[in-house]
Amino acid sequence: MTPLLTCKEFLQELTDYLDENVDAEIRARLEQHILECPNCWVVCDTTKKTIRIYKGMEPHPIPADVESRLMEALEKKIAARTK
Amino acid sequence: MPAISQIPDETAVVLQAREGDAKAFSELVRRYEGKIFRLAMHITQNREDAEDVLQETFLKAYEHLDQFQGNSKFYTWIVRIAVNQALMKLRKRKTDKTVSIDETIDTGEDTVAREIAAWDENPEQRYSREEMNKILSSAVDSLAPPYRAVFVLRDVEDLSTEETAEALNLSIPAVKSRLLRARLQLRDKLTRFFKRKGDDAFAYL
Repeated sequence: MTPLLTCKEFLQELTDYLDENVDAEIRARLEQHILECPNCWVVCDTTKKTIRIYKGMEPHPIPADVESRLMEALEKKIAARTK
Repeated sequence: MPAISQIPDETAVVLQAREGDAKAFSELVRRYEGKIFRLAMHITQNREDAEDVLQETFLKAYEHLDQFQGNSKFYTWIVRIAVNQALMKLRKRKTDKTVSIDETIDTGEDTVAREIAAWDENPEQRYSREEMNKILSSAVDSLAPPYRAVFVLRDVEDLSTEETAEALNLSIPAVKSRLLRARLQLRDKLTRFFKRKGDDAFAYL
């Protein structure tokens, strides 16, 4: 049996683990660590939720006046080029 | 880049735009203006600057469309332009002392979680959409710029690690270590809002 990871080692792999970017052996060791370490389980679970919440964030609705000025600037540019 | 990240009809639209089809270019603008504006807001933290960045990004993209190689996604290409424009804005703002995303970062112990408390299953349901947006934005805005840019590209705009590295001109290990720190810092900040009620830290131990 491979030795347990320390919490620090666990945290270092957390991003790759949550992005499902670790090989099977490391994943097994990370999951073993979570089973035995409630703190790291909480950190892992809440970090996962953090990512999920941000991914579901609505895009900043672009204000109508900002959009119309953007389109105006582009039209000018396009007109200047195609002259 | 894997082929799955290319939306087939987008390649055609980009080609048409490159051939001078203004309508095709406008379609690309409409597709991405919201995301570019949000990105600019996150980096500049200022509506006026974000609007400038938005305009400069698409004007530059139009001007240099012939330089777009097509070996990365169009979106990644304009994100890179937008990030550069936004960072230039920050550099011009003399009062801002922490502008470079290339600055050396203390890689010390800031990966250690400070507050460890379980959250509700769906903690976001506790807040209205408006409140959530405020909580999430102010947490992101409180990150140092090097972390902020990486986090926004990776986890808000959903770029891959490789695309984020390309857009920010960073190495892949640098993107990964910044992303880890950003995620852990945000987790810490959000714990205040989302932790399970009546559940003290370590109470379950």
